[in-house]
Amino acid sequence: MAEKIYTVSEITEEIKILLESNFFSLWVKGEVSNFNRHHSGHFYFSLKDKSAQIQCVMWRNKNIRLSFLLEDGMEVLARGRITVYEKSGKYQLEVDEIQPLGIGELQLAFEQLKRKLQEEGLFDQKFKKPLPVFPFRVGIVTSPTGAAVRDLISIMKRRFPPVEIILNPVRVQGEGAAEDIVRALREFNEWGEVDLIIVGRGGGSLEDLWAFNEEIVARAIFDSKIPVISAVGHEIDFSISDFVADKRAATPSAAAEIAVMDYRDIDSTLNNILKRLYMKMKSNFEQERERLKRIESNYYFRKPVDMIKQFSQQIDEVFNKLEKNFEFLIESNTNLLLQLEKRLSSLDPEKVLQRGYSICYKLPESFSVKDSKKRKEDDALKIKFYKGEIESKVYKVVN
Amino acid sequence: MKKKNFEESLKRLEEIIETLERGDLTLEESLEIFREGVELTKFCKEKINSAETEVKKLIKDMEGNFQLEILP
Repeated sequence: MAEKIYTVSEITEEIKILLESNFFSLWVKGEVSNFNRHHSGHFYFSLKDKSAQIQCVMWRNKNIRLSFLLEDGMEVLARGRITVYEKSGKYQLEVDEIQPLGIGELQLAFEQLKRKLQEEGLFDQKFKKPLPVFPFRVGIVTSPTGAAVRDLISIMKRRFPPVEIILNPVRVQGEGAAEDIVRALREFNEWGEVDLIIVGRGGGSLEDLWAFNEEIVARAIFDSKIPVISAVGHEIDFSISDFVADKRAATPSAAAEIAVMDYRDIDSTLNNILKRLYMKMKSNFEQERERLKRIESNYYFRKPVDMIKQFSQQIDEVFNKLEKNFEFLIESNTNLLLQLEKRLSSLDPEKVLQRGYSICYKLPESFSVKDSKKRKEDDALKIKFYKGEIESKVYKVVN
Repeated sequence: MKKKNFEESLKRLEEIIETLERGDLTLEESLEIFREGVELTKFCKEKINSAETEVKKLIKDMEGNFQLEILP
């Protein structure tokens, strides 16, 4: 009996039918190897275990939906069908869907992107911009309807009433969310009128928060010239945007608190500054009073003790008023103080000498001579001028 | 810009205090600088205490110009 002789095409056709009709939908578990992303966008790789391997292909229209990157050595679960490629007589697994084993798909994508950007240096401390200490205009990139935007606005309003809040509303989850966020960040940068940007949303599942783990969002945050605070989800949720932002806030409420200082704190700082100003000014005045005392003790002509006491008293009064109400000082006492200063300097013996007067002392006692009748011929005298001194003797007492 | 003035004012205030601290000014000069300090403090206090928060929406129009819409 003559056995049937197949042509190559015939047997290939039979194998194709046999395989493709029996394995039209199946799951295969294995390790990825020889992964190759063709420039057409199709993926070619093998799945293997200890003793076997199978060729796999994943077409571009399927693999673009993958959120993570396939890598050699990765344990995966692939769903697809066996197809036979007649031209080379090879069978392969045509993959429709692929999942990482032992770790969630999004979790894996997250880890992969995090590693990639970290290696690129996008999270480096040296790129972190300092946040403005007093932002008067804050940009917000979030959903216009969520709890996040309400919290952000109400807390910033309460903490720092003069702040101007500029909202650039975006979708924060689902199709187009990442693109919205990128656009909003770019617009704020293009506009250039905000001091700080807060980007974020309230809590949700990893899927809900996904937009903040997208590479385009991470890069837009990195590229922002304006400092960015990332505030995504709850305390425990970390997103890629948190790592790349200049500052991470655990929640949108926390972002509001980081963004603006409490105006009451600023106010008390200003009060402290005022107090310090007073104290310094006061000590300057006290020095001035010391000077007065020196003038008093050195004074060679008439002793204007009463006048000096009067000035001291006036200065004290000014300070009593000053401590009650500084505006009063500004409005009405500045001139008084300046007048005092002028009059004080006219009392200064130095200034008197400057005008051409001189002082005469009796030697060797060095008291100042106030009455010529008490001097007699040949008394030794010292005459002090603005510049220099002369020692002399009395030639004649005139009167 | 608002922010700049505010921050610059605070910086100037620090300088003023330092200058007064050095104590090498005449009474007239220190009064002058003191008065400037008080004025700046007043300006800063007004800045942080007066205004009411405004919330606006950023809109980029067809020509690519930015506009602000006041939100209630």
